[in-house]
Amino acid sequence: MSGLIKVFPREEYILKGNASCPGCGAALLLRYVLKTLGPRSIFVIPACCTSVIAGPLPKTAFKIPVMHIAFAASAATASGISEMLELQGKKDVNVVVWAGDGGTVDIGLQALSGAAERGHNVIYICYDNEAYMNTGIQRSGSTPLWAWTTTTPSGNPRPKKNLPFIMHVHKIPYIATGSPAYPNDLISKLRKAKKIKGFKYIHLHTPCPPGWRFDSAKSIEVARLAVLTGAWILYEIENGVFRLTGPSRKLLDKKQRKPVEEYLKLQGRFRHLTQEQIEEIQRLIDEEWEHIKSLEGEKL
Amino acid sequence: MESKSLKSRYVAPVALPTMGALGKTGAWRVLKPVINYDKCIKCLICWLYCPEGSITVEEERPVIDYEYCKGCGICANECPVKAIEMVREE
Amino acid sequence: MKVEILTGNWAAAYGAKLARVNFVSAYPITPQTSVIEKLAEFIDSGELKAKMVRVESEHSAMAAVIGAAAVGARAFTATSAQGLFYMYEMVWWAAGARLPIVMGIVTRALAPPWSIWTDHADFLALRDSGWILLFARNAQEILDTVIQAYKIAENDNIMLPVAVGWDAFIASHTAEPVNVPEQDLVDQYLPSKKTFSHMLDVDNPFSLGNLAFPDSYMEYRWLIDNAMNAARRVIIEADKEFEEIFGRSYGGLLEKYRCEDADVIIVMMGASSGDGMDAVDSLREKGYRVGLCRIRAVRPFPVKEIREIGRRVDAVLVIDRAVSFGIGGILGCEVKAALYSSKRPLVFNFIAGLGGRDLNAEFIESLTRRVYDVLDGKAEIKEVEWVGVNPEVVEL
Repeated sequence: MSGLIKVFPREEYILKGNASCPGCGAALLLRYVLKTLGPRSIFVIPACCTSVIAGPLPKTAFKIPVMHIAFAASAATASGISEMLELQGKKDVNVVVWAGDGGTVDIGLQALSGAAERGHNVIYICYDNEAYMNTGIQRSGSTPLWAWTTTTPSGNPRPKKNLPFIMHVHKIPYIATGSPAYPNDLISKLRKAKKIKGFKYIHLHTPCPPGWRFDSAKSIEVARLAVLTGAWILYEIENGVFRLTGPSRKLLDKKQRKPVEEYLKLQGRFRHLTQEQIEEIQRLIDEEWEHIKSLEGEKL
Repeated sequence: MESKSLKSRYVAPVALPTMGALGKTGAWRVLKPVINYDKCIKCLICWLYCPEGSITVEEERPVIDYEYCKGCGICANECPVKAIEMVREE
Repeated sequence: MKVEILTGNWAAAYGAKLARVNFVSAYPITPQTSVIEKLAEFIDSGELKAKMVRVESEHSAMAAVIGAAAVGARAFTATSAQGLFYMYEMVWWAAGARLPIVMGIVTRALAPPWSIWTDHADFLALRDSGWILLFARNAQEILDTVIQAYKIAENDNIMLPVAVGWDAFIASHTAEPVNVPEQDLVDQYLPSKKTFSHMLDVDNPFSLGNLAFPDSYMEYRWLIDNAMNAARRVIIEADKEFEEIFGRSYGGLLEKYRCEDADVIIVMMGASSGDGMDAVDSLREKGYRVGLCRIRAVRPFPVKEIREIGRRVDAVLVIDRAVSFGIGGILGCEVKAALYSSKRPLVFNFIAGLGGRDLNAEFIESLTRRVYDVLDGKAEIKEVEWVGVNPEVVEL
């Protein structure tokens, strides 16, 4: 960690005093993303928490150009921007979508699929806080199984939609997942994405204290346990080859994975879970890791 | 109520980069992080994990900006030597 | 100056090419398809240096055009009916973000039931959006108006998007001889796109489209209204300047045909205005002092021009190819609103021609003669009348 801290830019591109909740995973991830991608970036931000975090007119917390746009439109807007910048010969400007899970997995999916299929030179980052948080914690296609949300008061009955794998069949050059608890891993992935030409997709686990119901001081701890229990997997798919990264690499061995209950018990959104449901979640995680054994190092 | 005339150079809804876009968010705090510099090993993990960016590095030491710190407690929770204590605001 | 045989749709593509559009994004929909197909040919052959993004929906088409325009593109798109309504929230976004985009609307009826034929409901649904709305009646005017549209949109005092409408099939697919202007004359009329104050730029970072609390939202809408009102003069000047260079003009906001000494005036919009002009000629031969006003600009609405006419005629008949259910024809309501604070003639509003139903000269003539009958005390017409409706069609 000390290596990263020594070289990481000190300048902030998301300014303090913004509207993010205390302990917001998205605000922290934005600090990492902006420092890594740098000020020569144009961000496209659809309706999501960040639309509000940025702050009200005439002030904004962002120190880089931002195009705020409608909920479903981020990938298409970024397509237009990236094509024009190419026509203008502006090769060193990153075009970045910063969208929540709602605007990616649900309402934004069509535009995302189109943009990926057309292969525009865009870095699409989904910060996944696993529900429609900006509108008050309603369920999204990215809400995990049995999680409480306001529209699934007795628990979400469906498993999470796997966006990185959906992106894989679009034949894009780079896909990665990340977590704010492992900044080294995340930043090396962002640096890699920045250098690749084509459509890049990055999916970030984003702890949300009010939405997941935990003390704001525990944001990093919750993110860390998600990874160490195997509930959130750190990997990249580069030119179709799947590779676990960071601490996820040694979790192929079930004995190395902490029981998922350690992750679930920290969060109020899982407080209502029965023993059966916890066992079901554990089983599904184990099954997923069995499947990953056959993917690791392989061209998918 | 009379409308004032326009002097702005932007007709589109433009927002300019501003620290404290929502004001002095330090006012949100219930608990305040206090660094014990005798224990602090200057690893800067608190600076790294602060979601607000309200910890700055001055002469290699972390310094908390209390005007904007929202008191989330991540820094205290993550400090490897427990040099940060969350203290109730007066 | 060449004369080519062009359909209305091809004329639009030529207009965009001559305007040196450098970004196109659209989704195909009948009857717009030949606009984007022709543009694809121009771009593919290198005749037009532009990026084309073949999006997966109309909503994305407008989003892509907005993104491109925000970083300085001269951007174009086109659609109709269902496609327009799919992109509707983004259409309002373009105006709110003050981006000088031009969009072609090949006007088509809305489903259900499915119809690909002409109807003005789709175009007129844009009237509150903040877009400048210009309607062309034939291929020549389509080509010319697309070029004029960029001059208007990019004017520093305007910075509003412009939609150019034309009728499905009657205009879009009818081939006519069209004068295709020389590129260097168009370059003289329409210089290359400048940067503008709210263009996104990494060297001058700001955000476009943040949250606005109630204490600031209204002012942004007020700014659009100011620009829309300023657009009246800009549209008229753009048309005049066009005439000086190319020898053609279209009356600015309102084209007047034989109105100087008229006592009754027909108000129409679109391709069938041509049939209306034939009706005027036929009636004039029979001794009727009738004239026709073709609405070219729906937004900003030609209030002054309508009032000037209203002051000196006995009756106005508005023939509407679009209805607002429960109140009347859309243009009829607009004309009445414009006339309210002025000397008012009788206004008769006919709903006709929806879903591509024919509106020919004889039909228009017969409606006009009924109005004269009312003036002579020989007949009565309701304030709003649906004409040519045959209930048997829906009696299953």
